[in-house]
Amino acid sequence: MTTRIVELRRGILKKNDELAAGLRGRYTEAGVLVLNLVSSPGTGKTAFLERTLRDLRAHGARVAALVGDLETDNDARRLAASGAPVRQINTHGICHLDAEMISKHLEGWDGVALGGLDYLFIENVGNLVCPSSYDLGEKIRVALLSVTEGEDKPLKYPTMFNSADAAVITKMDIAEPCAFDRELALKNINEIRPGIRIFETSAKTGKGMEEWVAYLQQQRVKREALQ
Amino acid sequence: MESLEAYPGARVVEVRLKVGALASVVVDSLEFCWGIATEGTPLAGSRLVVNTLPVVMHCAACDANVELEGVQSFRCPRCDEPCSDLRQGRELDIESFEIEEAETEKAEVKG
Repeated sequence: MTTRIVELRRGILKKNDELAAGLRGRYTEAGVLVLNLVSSPGTGKTAFLERTLRDLRAHGARVAALVGDLETDNDARRLAASGAPVRQINTHGICHLDAEMISKHLEGWDGVALGGLDYLFIENVGNLVCPSSYDLGEKIRVALLSVTEGEDKPLKYPTMFNSADAAVITKMDIAEPCAFDRELALKNINEIRPGIRIFETSAKTGKGMEEWVAYLQQQRVKREALQ
Repeated sequence: MESLEAYPGARVVEVRLKVGALASVVVDSLEFCWGIATEGTPLAGSRLVVNTLPVVMHCAACDANVELEGVQSFRCPRCDEPCSDLRQGRELDIESFEIEEAETEKAEVKG
C-alpha cells in the first residue's frame, strides 16, 4: 500500500456558485436588477416586498417576484395582490433557496421573461443562517431586521449581515411601543457591515419607502450605465 | 466523489477542509456527524481535518490586510477604522484528501 495526497482546492458550494454565475450573466444580459431579500421568519419581508412591488409599479417599472417558503403558496398570493407576476418556490423542508431552484423557476413562467423586467425580487426562506452561503446571482442582497427582533441581531448573525449590500429595518411604525433602540441597531449593523445603506421603513405607513424606491432606481441606472 | 474515480480501489484516509470564520459551519458539529454521514461511502472510516481561517479584511487606512480576532466587529485591529473589503473568511473548500492505494493499481495509474 502507498499513500498519496490529492490536492483538490475545490469549493464545496462550487456547483451552486457556477450556476449563480450563469444566472448573473443572464440577468445582466436581460438588463434586470435582481435583489435577494433575506431575514428571520416574521420580519415582514412579504409586507415590505408587497409595498415595494406596488410602489415600483406606480412608477411604471416592470417588476416580478419569486418567493421561497418551505410550504404553502400564501406569500405568493399575498404578493400577487400588488398586480405583479409572482411565482412561489416550495422547498419542502430545505431552509434556503439555491441557484438551481431559481433557474428552474425562471423556466416556463407564464408571461414572464427576464428581458421584459426591470426588477426581479427573490424573497428567500426566512432564515438568517444558510441563505448567506447560497449565491443566487443577485446584484443586491438585502438583509431585513424588524423593530420587534432585538437590536443585536446583526451581531448574532454576522455572516448574513456582513454579506448584505443593503439593510432594511421594518415595522418602524411600532418602534416606540417595542422600545426599539434605533441608535443601537444602526450602530450594530455598521459594526458588522461598515458603510452599508440602511433604510428605516414601515410597509404599513409607507415611511421610508420613497427613499428605498429612489435607491432601487439609482441602482438600476447605475447598472445600465455599466453595460 | 468524482475526484475519487481516478483512483479505483483506493481508500480515503484523510480529508482536509478549509473553513472560514464566516462560512456558517460549526466545526464541532461537522466533526461529530462525519462518521455517520460518510458511512457506506468511499469516505467511511476517514479522518476529517478542518483548517479554520480567520477573517482577513483589507484596511484602506493602513493599506494592509489585517486579521480580525472575531466576527463581532469589522474594524481594523491596528487603527480601529471600519473595514468593508473582505479578503478571507467565507471559504468552505476541500483542500485535499489522502488516499491509500494498492501497489498494482498505482502501477496502472502510472502506465
